[in-house]
This record gives sequence, structure tokens and C-alpha cells, in this order.
Amino acid sequence: MSDHQLPWLRPERANTLLAALDQRILIMDGGMGTMLQGHKLDETGYRGKRFADGYDSQHHQHGADCGCELKGNNDLLSLSQPDIITDIHRAYLQAGADLVETNTFNATRISQSDYQLQHLVYELNREGAQLARAACAAEEAKDAAKPRFAIGVLGPTSRTASISPDVNDPGFRNVSFSELVDNYTEAAAGLLDGGADLLMVETVFDTLNAKAALFAINQLFGERGARLPVMISGTITDRSGRTLSGQTAEAFYVSLAHVRPMSIGLNCALGAEELRPHIQALSDIADCRISTHPNAGLPNAFGEYDETPEQMGHTIEGFARDGLLNMVGGCCGTTPGHIEAIAGAVKHHAPRKAPGAISEAA
Amino acid sequence: MTRYTRLSGLEPLVLTPDLNFINVGERTNVTGSARFRTLIKEDRYEEAVEVARQQVENGAQIIDVNMDEGLIDSEKAMVRFLNLIASEPDIARVPVMVDSSKWEVIEAGLRCLQGKGVVNSISLKEGEEQFLAHARTIMQYGAAAVVMAFDETGQADTRERKIEICTRAHNLLTDKLGFPSEDIIFDPNIFAIATGIEEHDNYAVDFIEATRELRRRFPESHVSGGVSNVSFSFRGNNHVREAIHSVFLYHAIAAGMDMGIVNAGALAIYDDLDADLRERVEDVVLNRRADATERLLEIAERFKAKKGEVKVENLAWREKPVAERLSHALVHGIDAYVTEDTEEARVAASRPLDVIEGPLMAGMNVVGDLFGAGKMFLPQVVKSARVMKKAVAHLIPYIEEEKRRTGDAGKNNGTIIMATVKGDVHDIGKNIVGVVLRCNNFEVIDLGVMVPTQKILEEARAHGAQMIGLSGLITPSLEEMSQVAKEMQRQGLELPLLIGGATTSRAHTALKIEPHYQAPTVWVKDASRAVGVAQSLLSKELVDEFMTKIRAEYAEVRERHKNRGSGKRLVSLAHARGQRWQGDWNAYTPPKPRKKGLTVFDNYDLAELRRYIDWTPFFNAWELAGRFPAILNDDIVGTQATELYRDAQAMLDTLIAEKWLTARGVIGFWKASGVGDDIEVYGDDGKVRTTLHQLRQQVDKPAERPDFCLSDFVAPKDTGVEDWVGGFAVTAGLGIEAHVKRFEDAHDDYSSIMLKALADRLAEAFAERMHERVRRQYWGYDADETLDNNALIAEKYRGIRPAPGYPACPDHTEKATLFQLLDATANTGIELTEGFAMYPASAVSGWYFSHPDSQYFVVGRLTREQVADYARRKDWSLEQAERWLAPNLDYDPD
Repeated sequence: MSDHQLPWLRPERANTLLAALDQRILIMDGGMGTMLQGHKLDETGYRGKRFADGYDSQHHQHGADCGCELKGNNDLLSLSQPDIITDIHRAYLQAGADLVETNTFNATRISQSDYQLQHLVYELNREGAQLARAACAAEEAKDAAKPRFAIGVLGPTSRTASISPDVNDPGFRNVSFSELVDNYTEAAAGLLDGGADLLMVETVFDTLNAKAALFAINQLFGERGARLPVMISGTITDRSGRTLSGQTAEAFYVSLAHVRPMSIGLNCALGAEELRPHIQALSDIADCRISTHPNAGLPNAFGEYDETPEQMGHTIEGFARDGLLNMVGGCCGTTPGHIEAIAGAVKHHAPRKAPGAISEAA
Repeated sequence: MTRYTRLSGLEPLVLTPDLNFINVGERTNVTGSARFRTLIKEDRYEEAVEVARQQVENGAQIIDVNMDEGLIDSEKAMVRFLNLIASEPDIARVPVMVDSSKWEVIEAGLRCLQGKGVVNSISLKEGEEQFLAHARTIMQYGAAAVVMAFDETGQADTRERKIEICTRAHNLLTDKLGFPSEDIIFDPNIFAIATGIEEHDNYAVDFIEATRELRRRFPESHVSGGVSNVSFSFRGNNHVREAIHSVFLYHAIAAGMDMGIVNAGALAIYDDLDADLRERVEDVVLNRRADATERLLEIAERFKAKKGEVKVENLAWREKPVAERLSHALVHGIDAYVTEDTEEARVAASRPLDVIEGPLMAGMNVVGDLFGAGKMFLPQVVKSARVMKKAVAHLIPYIEEEKRRTGDAGKNNGTIIMATVKGDVHDIGKNIVGVVLRCNNFEVIDLGVMVPTQKILEEARAHGAQMIGLSGLITPSLEEMSQVAKEMQRQGLELPLLIGGATTSRAHTALKIEPHYQAPTVWVKDASRAVGVAQSLLSKELVDEFMTKIRAEYAEVRERHKNRGSGKRLVSLAHARGQRWQGDWNAYTPPKPRKKGLTVFDNYDLAELRRYIDWTPFFNAWELAGRFPAILNDDIVGTQATELYRDAQAMLDTLIAEKWLTARGVIGFWKASGVGDDIEVYGDDGKVRTTLHQLRQQVDKPAERPDFCLSDFVAPKDTGVEDWVGGFAVTAGLGIEAHVKRFEDAHDDYSSIMLKALADRLAEAFAERMHERVRRQYWGYDADETLDNNALIAEKYRGIRPAPGYPACPDHTEKATLFQLLDATANTGIELTEGFAMYPASAVSGWYFSHPDSQYFVVGRLTREQVADYARRKDWSLEQAERWLAPNLDYDPD
């Protein structure tokens, strides 16, 4: 039996999700970082109660001079400031999101080792999934007719398996496929145990990293004897129309289609308008569903995103009108206001129908 | 739906049938290349990377990497090399084939590939369990797999064993694992022939025949092989080895081999082989005679020694200075000396680019001037372009080198993206326009046929093109072009758009394309106008005046269109039906076909078809106006026409003798009745099997002249008279791709266009010959007919053979019904595209009607009333009907 024939881990939730996808374009949430910036947390804020003395005496004692501040480690807030994370999830759900993404973008061994917190990876993912799942459950309790879903997020890590960090030695790599598989196995296990309804390998800069993530996920599914729906979302880095590792959108899809994902899409780096031709390219060839969560436009001179909810909603409506979308949300710079505008804009448009046999994919 | 194999490096590689044969580069293989082995052993990886680059530059579409050598740490070498080439965008764009007999090495390789590569190889050698375990792992990494014809008892050598093992492997993979059939590439083992051992004599034939059967059983899978094995016994004699490869590939590809590990830079051209050598090699490869090996050995030494031999032709023009020699070669289309002349000019010039911008452009300007003045004709220009291409090909490596050093890219007149639109496969005209533009120093990026909109726009952006040219031949392409224009507008493009192709027209461009796109949109009537239009559009001085004129013209066309109809009103559908053609069905007994059911013609004799060729359209394809045979003596184009005709005859001789093309056809007859404007077709059980939907003329005619519809020519159901219709589909284009590619690889557009034009003529001739045999023999209503070819061309026979998509039945989609009735794709290999074009393009299909008074007519314009009625009959929406009948609408649907 191959992996895509395994039964669902949470059959009722998976079937509800797939049924909803047949009915309409589903809405994902917007940026997490943007919302956290509003809280203007300082080092003490990041540490919260649990890490007030730095974490933790048996591994490493943080001090004023140790050089590893916890400030900026957004994923840690799932443990140190869970209420803030819950509030953000709720704000997006109330703005109309059908799916929220866990606060686990950097919750991998590689990324957390920047903070000497690699031993927390499993917990960060499990807690991240629990917070998102609980926020969904709270909204479902209010309106049972609108199911909500927690997407367990697996980010790209800070390393790339097919690009050399050393200009003098293009053959050098600072991470291997096997290391990435270990990283992702640990993170995905936490997401599964925390109750994620589906998984998303997102902001893919380097397709080889994504292949490792998907390899890990499928191995984990095999061990558990059951699987979750899987989303993949890549990143076209700039107007060259390629990923950081050099692939076109079509090549990106071809390289990952073997896992038969529930959806493939693009997020980050570009605004909706700039992403459109690449989404179109994916839509033309992909047998599975299409998702996108673009940034709020391109960054301005100050590195800020200033596309308004109305502008973004207007552009996204064009995608929906032309039948390109199954799922849509926002990435950097987007807020509940953007999500509300996007939800309103696509409401009356039918979801995309895939060219191939969509029933096979999931 | 056929699933195509999709592979990727940085870019996708989709193995569609039009790719024909995938070259897998073999030079990055330590077991096959001594040089590469040395480089890896001595840790000279930078040079090893250059080997990969050359492979891709020479046309390898996949590169095979093999590090299996006792003294090399294969796993480490594989990882290091793959990581290195991953950093080279011009290598990494193609997929990698990870080649090893050690599974750890393969897995280590897969862990380095971000794209979807190929594993070479897995087999049943160690039993089913391990075979499936490896395949499962491959699925997890996302790769295709080469499956060797090897099982627990050994390697397959006979046809039967090859088929048996591959079939077993395929079924295990797909049934047990759900391994995609399209990701399976069989390697049925190519073994050395001509070894002196009799058992080896049939090895090539075994491979070829196993290939044929495997592709038939598993059309989505592929067949590959290591080609150089076959000639192993001639090592040391590269000339003969290359000849063997070329002949072997020629036959294996025809049988369905669609991938091969080859030295992409060193493939001899089948056609260029010495005739004696080719015949003897062919005897060996095809095992045609017992003494084949001895006969090849007899002459092999001669070819080995032949290297370095110099031709001693000495023509006067060869004495002139190099610039004049180049000019002479260009104007006269002589390519024999151009590489050496170009090299001489390059050595003398300060920059390689100076050779192009100097003597070569000067020569091409002479050609351009002569062509513009009508003193040279298209066939000659295409020959000149062949010379130019060869010269430029020689210079390109030097120019690239120069560019790397100085960053100077040189100038051209502008870059043009050209494409035949989605759903259409016709490209002769587009290729001719491309050649003419290139001759005038435009950079032409030809995207080929069936190109989707997004690809056109992306390539235009990627290349910073100044212009886009769209081409198409069948009527649905008109609608597609209009869609492309709309999308260009939506995406905010501002490039001029050129429209061309046989069904396009000034009126269609003015009405249906130009209004949707704000940037200049121009219909280009034929190749001779292309340069003028392109130059005007890109010239700052000319463009405004030129476009003002064009826009005024198009506005006038639209104005006229709006006001038309006062003169020639159409009649109502009821009126037209009232004026239908009436047969005297009481006094007439329709002939019963002599042959029932379908008749399939495989491998139809091309020599027989040759006599039926109608040559006039052939000259038109080359833009030489006039009727055959008078055109041969025409005052203006006579000389050119004669030369073209001679070249055509020569190519026909060779293509028939060497069976470049395979002609296949199918005909059939069915009981049928006319029911209104439809024709009901009955099965053997007397029940309605399908309905042929027809359209009726609505022309305002005097009462005695009918408004025709094809259904009029079949006995109406209510008369109770038994009647029949027939159908046919024929092609003469099977196998053309390999030869077109061969010519294109040799920069020989002249021969490539010539071949396509001849294949088209042979297909038409096939349709003509088939119709004759139908009348005399298969339907048999005119057994005594004796008409010569001129009378046939003049349609002096009884009965007609109208084709769906053409004037008497303009709806292309009816071809689907015809194909279904004939099971045409299975019986002839002709496929229908989404736009209902036939592929191969050299194909003809249509209906047969036998009534003595049946005649060709033009349906012409249709009212909304008839279109709505037709939509109802076809179970279409009105919009669908308007889309497919767009060229015939007498109204604006919007």
C-alpha cells in the first residue's frame, strides 16, 4: 500500500474539509508576524513567565551577555504568551477565515538552534497545533454550520539543501536531506499530536527542502498508519519568476506532484498581482487544488507592506472570477481586515475545477 | 486522458509525443567515457562540470550521471557532482538520470535532486520483494524509473523474454504500488551485434520488435536504451559505429523507442550516410542476410581510413576573397564550404560578431534585396538561411566566449516570439516566416505548435521580446488567437501582435482580435510581407504612420461589416429548408457498399500515392503563384519552380525508397438516413448509432436553385429507401518527426519545410486515391470509372468527400464523431487535438456521399436562428455553438 492510500487520521474532519472545498473557495488566515508586531513585545514579553530566567538551567542559562536573546522568536510565544496567539487566531476566524495556520513557522531544530532551544521543537509544534485547534473549536461552538480547520505549518528552515552558502565552493551544503528529514519528522509529529487537521509545507524557497519535509511526513503517516491532507505552498522569490533554488512554478509542481497533495500554491515574497501569472501556470497543469496567500503587495521603501484590504480584495477577486482558486489567504503585511475583504471578494465565485482527476488527490 | 511523463530540473520536461525522442546525455558516465573517468579520478570536478554543460548545449534533454568505478568512492562522487551541477543554471535546467548498479549510490543521488529525475535502474534481478522496495522508495523521493529487462534468471535477450519480463515488472509496479505507468521507462537491453557469433545476429531486431510490442501494450510508458552497446564490436572505428547508431535508432524510433542514452553531439545523419555503408549497416541491424557482418567488415576499413580526405572540386568562386565567397555561398545557397569560410573570416576579424555583422549580413542583405525585388523566391531564401544558420552556429561558441569576456551582447533588429496557438499543429507557414525574419537579422524564438497562452506571454517576457507572432491553420485557432489578445491586454502587455496563417484574414483580425488589444495588432498576409511589417512596427520613425494606416483600414473593415447585409440578406431557416435539394427517391436506388464495416490500410505504398499528387498547392505553399504544370515554364517564377520541383522529386525518391513516412488509413460505410438537417447513422442492429449534424445554406437564391445541406444527399428516413454514408481518415505523416528533427538539427529548414509540404501532398493524394478505390471497389458504384489525375483534381467523379471543418460542413467538432465511427486513432495513429486539428498534421478525413447529384458547396453565413437550432441538435449552449461556428456567424454574438 502506498502512502496516499492510507486512511485519514481524522476522517470526519478530512471529509468535511474536502466537501467544503468542493462547495466554495476556502479562506485562510493572514500574517502572524504582522499581528505580533502590534504587541510591541520586548525581551521580557517574549520570555513570559515560563522563561523569565531564560531557558532553562539544564541546557543553557540565558544572561545579559550570552548573545541569545529570545526576542524575535515568535514561535516561542505559543508557550510563553499563549493568550496572544489565541487572540490572533480568533481575530482571523472572526474575520471569516475557514482555516488558521499554527504559529510554528520556525519550530524546527535548525531554526530553534539559533536560540539554543532545539529541545523545545516537539513541544512548540504540539502546543502550536493545540492553540489553533482550540481557537477553531471555540468558533465552531458558536456556529456549528461553519467548520474551521487548523493547518499545521512546516516552514522552510533557515538553510537550503540545494544551494551552497559558500560562493567559493558551489558543491558545499550546510544541511543535508537526511538532517532535514529528521527536523521535519520531529516537527510534524508535534503537529499531529497537537491535533492539526491538515499540514502545510509552506514558503518553499528550495524544493529539495520541501521534498525532505514531504518525505518525513509520509514516513510519519506510514508509521501511524493514517494520514492528514497535505498542502504545499512555494515562494517565487522575485520577478524572475523562479524559486530561490531556480525552479519555475511548473517545475516546482512537477517535482512535488508525486506526493499527491491536497493543494499546491504560492505564498509570500510577492503581492497578488505579481503572483497571478505563476498561479495561472500552476492552475493550468495541477491535478490538485490551488491555494495562494500573497503578501500585501510589494514592500515599500521602508520595507513595509501597504496594500489596503480593498486593493488586495479587488485583485484576488480577479483570480476567483477566472476560476484559479480553491483556497486563499494572506502572508506578510496582511491583517484580519485583509482577510475580511478577501472573504467578501471571493464569496460569490465558484472554486476552481482541476483539469485532471481531483478525486484521486487529497 | 493520456498522462504524460513529467520530469523536471529547474524547468519542466513533459514527454509529449511531439518530442519524439529524448536524448539522454551519456558523457557524464565514468563507465562510458574514459575522459570523464579520468577527470573524476583526478578530482578535476570543474572540468567534469564542463562535460555536463557541453552535453546540455549539444541537445541532451536529460543527463545521465554514473560514478560506478572500482577506484572511485561512488557515493561521494555522485553527491559532489550533483551538488556542483545544481549550482549551474544552464545544466540544472534539465532533469538528471541517477545511474548506478548500487542502490546506496542511487539513493544518495536522489537526496541531492530538487527536481524530478530518473533512476537508472531497477530490475527483478534480486526478486520481487527488493524490486518493489526500491520502487516504493523511488516514489517517496519523486522520480521516474528505468526498468531493465532482467529477472531472477538473467538478462532478456529474445523478443519474447524482453516483453515477458517488462510486462511482469510493469504489472507489479502498477498493481502493487500504484506506480504511475508514465513514470516507467523500459530498458529492454541493447546488446552488441556483428560479433561473429550467430546467436547475436538478431539482437537489434529483438530489441526493436520488443519495443514495438511494449509501446503497444503500455503506451504511457517509454522505451530507452544505451545505444552505443549495439556497435561495440566496431570499437576503434567511430565512423562505422556512428553509422550503426544512426541506422539502429532510425528503426528503433520508428518502432516506438522514445528515449536513448546517446552522445548528443555525435549522431550521424541517417540521410547523410554513404549509401553503400548504409545498406550494409542496415543488413546487419535488421539481420537481413547471413553474410551481413562479413559484408560490413569488408568496407569498414575503408571508412576508417576516409577521415581527413579532402574534396578537390575547384570552382572559380572559391578563388575570391573570403567576404565574397560568403556572399556567393549565401546567395546561391551552397553550404558545403561555409564553415571553413566562416572560420577564415573569424580568424581575420577582431571580434567573432564582426563576421555576422560584416560579410554575413552583407550577404543576407543581398538575399533580402533580391527577395524583396522578386528576383529570388522563397525556396532559395530558405536555402540561403540554411547557409546562414550553419555559419552562425559555427560562430556562436566564440561569440559566447567573447560575451563572457566583455559583456557585449551584439545587436539585432529585434526579438520576435512565434507560436502556433493551442490546439493547432500546423507550422509550415510559421516556419517560413521565421526563416525570412531571421534572414533579416531578427532574433526569432519559435515556441513550436500547440503553445498555451501563458507560455507565449512568459517567453515574451523572459526574452524581452519586441513582438509576438501567432499562427494557426484551422478555424478554432481564430478564436484562440482572440483569447491570446484578450489575455495580453489583461496582463498589460504592450508588444505588437502579428497574426498569420491560412484561415486568418484582415477581416477577422479587424473584427475579432484588434479590438481586444490596444497595442499594434497586424494581420500579415504572407511571408513576403512579414519583414516589412516587423520593420515598420519597430522603427520609431515609421510606426506611427504605419499604425495610423492599419488602424484606419481595420476601422473601415469594421464599419463595412456593421453596415453589411443590406445587399445580401440571408433567408430564414424555414425558407432555406423549404428550398432544400430534392432527390427523386422513387426513381433512384442508392448503391449498396460492396465491402461492409471498416477497412484498414496499414503501410500504404507511397509510390502508388505519388502519382495522385496535386502539385499546384505545393507551389502555393512556397508562395510561388501559378498552376502546375504551366508554372514550370512561367516567365517569372519558372526557373525557381522547376528547381523546386526537381528538389521535391529527389526528396520523394529518397523518402519513398527509405520509407521515411508511413501512410495509414481507414474507411467505413454505414446505413444512414436523412432526418431534417441531420443524418442518422445506424448500427448492424438497425438502431441509431450516432447522428451527423449538418448545416444548411441560407442564401437568398432563385427558387430553382437549392439551399444545400449535406443531409439532402442521403435518402430521407420517411421515404423508406435504404441508403449509406461513408467515412475516411488517412495520413501520410507518421514518422515525420525524426526526419524533421534531423534536418532542423542540421540547420536545414529548406529540407524540413520541403518534407512537411510533401507529406501534406501525399496525405491529400492518399485521400484522392482512397476515394477512387471507394468508388470503383469498396463502395463500388462506379466500377468502370477511368479518370486521369487532372480529371480527379477537377473533381469530375461521381460522389463527394467533404471534410468536417471545411466549407460544406464547417463544424470541426464533427470530426470527433467521424473518428469514433472509424476508430480512427487506433486504426491510423491520427489523433485529434483539443481544437480538433489532426496530428500528424499531414492527414485528411471526411465523409463519403454517393448520390450522382451530390456536390460540393459552401455553407457560408448562418443566422442566429440556425445557430440556436444547431446548438439544440448538438446539445450545446448557444455560446458553445457560436464559438465553434465563429467564422460563419452572420451576426455579432456579443
